[in-house]
Amino acid sequence: MPIKQLSLFVENRPGSLSAVCKVLKEHNFNIRTLSLADTQQFGILRLLIKEYEGAKQALESAGFIVKVTDVLALTVPDYPGGLADILAILDKHNLSVEYMYAFTFGREDRAVIVFRFEDPEHAIAELRDEPIEMVRSEELFS
Amino acid sequence: MSQFVIPNRIFDPAAECMPCADRAGLQATHLRRTVEQAQKIPFYRRKFAEKNISPDSIRTVADLQRLPLTTKQDLREYYPFGFFAVPQAQLARIHASSGTTGKPTFVGYTQNDLKLWANLCARFLVAGGLTSDQLVQVSFGYGLFTGGFGLHGGIERVGAAVLPASSGNTQRQILLLRDAGINTLICTPSYALNLAETIQAMGIRRGELALRFAHFGGEPWTEEMRRTIEEELGIHAFNNYGLSEIIGPGVAGECAARTGMHIQEDHFLVECLNPETLEPVADGEEGELVITSLTKEACPIIRYRTRDLARLYRDSCPCGRTTMRMSWVKGRSDDMMIIRGVNVFPTQIEEALLKVDGTAPHFMIELTRPGNLDEAVVKVEMRQQEFSDKMEEMHRLRDRIGREITAITGLHFNVELVAPNTLERFTGKAKRVNDLRNLKP
Repeated sequence: MPIKQLSLFVENRPGSLSAVCKVLKEHNFNIRTLSLADTQQFGILRLLIKEYEGAKQALESAGFIVKVTDVLALTVPDYPGGLADILAILDKHNLSVEYMYAFTFGREDRAVIVFRFEDPEHAIAELRDEPIEMVRSEELFS
Repeated sequence: MSQFVIPNRIFDPAAECMPCADRAGLQATHLRRTVEQAQKIPFYRRKFAEKNISPDSIRTVADLQRLPLTTKQDLREYYPFGFFAVPQAQLARIHASSGTTGKPTFVGYTQNDLKLWANLCARFLVAGGLTSDQLVQVSFGYGLFTGGFGLHGGIERVGAAVLPASSGNTQRQILLLRDAGINTLICTPSYALNLAETIQAMGIRRGELALRFAHFGGEPWTEEMRRTIEEELGIHAFNNYGLSEIIGPGVAGECAARTGMHIQEDHFLVECLNPETLEPVADGEEGELVITSLTKEACPIIRYRTRDLARLYRDSCPCGRTTMRMSWVKGRSDDMMIIRGVNVFPTQIEEALLKVDGTAPHFMIELTRPGNLDEAVVKVEMRQQEFSDKMEEMHRLRDRIGREITAITGLHFNVELVAPNTLERFTGKAKRVNDLRNLKP
């Protein structure tokens, strides 16, 4: 059930983000969502792309450093306290979040938040019986 | 106008103004004795045997050409005391230069060596205006570094009063300068610029200071820096040269005429060689200085390759000294950097990177001097195996590289992680240093 995320090393200077997007455009890959963690000097670009293997290959051929990471996409009800409820469940299972980013898709009454756990399989097992909906790859990229 | 910046004084006229022919005879005698003394060092004993050299075979200074060269690497291989020619009981002091592998290079001194050293420093100090009625502040670090204790001995030899401030705490240094009424300052030229700036910032007027002279060394500097320092502090600044492997400061220093640094030729033979062919270059042409000590006991050194590039002048100087002079040091014949007075080689950075991850990535060192102090940046290309999607791990990687570099060099480097294949590639010898400090005289 984990989603494959691409992580890229980018320098924090003009043009470095557009260089990534240019490669994806040339190869006709669509970015479902992205997040950028940046410092003054460099950043880590995280991308969700359906054809992640092809995209990785294209980016690596273009000289980028790319890593594939398993992340979980959890749906979060789009009302006050929606996220708080989810996080309370994670706390209960002692699951610490390395990083997360949100986006909306599909139905209007919910958002999707991408979570990076240290051990995604362990997180899946822990959350199995909880009232949390995990978005599957097929659904996310449909 | 006088041809001298300050009154022309000579500490040891008999030695410094000796007729050249007499000096050549003295040098030959001393060279023979040095070869004899050096035979007590296994490295030289072996080298001399290979080349069939004995003390008796040294007749004139020209015989120097037959003697083997000594490199920093040689000194390093005999760590710690393999280049000492005297038993421990005869040692009076040990200093050290910064090493390239974390280990220093030790140099030993006998009582006679210390006396000699003080005399040599006294010569250039007097040439640059020091008199026995002055107060001198030494803002070099007192420690293994030869600068602090070396100059200290020279000042005492002249009979002036020394204030051993040592390095650090700029505001306090300035307080001492002003309140003690210091006449002469000893430090690195870049630190002098720093002091000048801080003096202004503290609102201290030039009239509050009794400072008139300064003697700078320990790092490369330029005529332009001299002008700035002299203008800002209202002083006369003099250049001196030395390196710990030879003795420390005292190998050469400027006189009142400032036509170059007079080499203490009765104690050192200085050659200027083409660093590629190792053939002598003509007078006035740039080459690598190769130095032989003539009177040292504990650590006699034969034809040491300093890697410093400079020019030698033999024409006469209006000051009356008959010694050969050397120019400002224009650069290095190897890739050693001098950062805040500390010697650093790119191989040390490589070594640090190897410690972080088995194989060293591409890197480039960038040196700048935004204010008066050197800033060092090392740019390291990211590689797949070190890259993480977690920011925390990236920071940890960067910090670890920084720590390893500091552990080896003793200096802080700003570490920048850069994208792969963005640093310049070299087909021949890699150029790892981009020096933007503008230090060329």
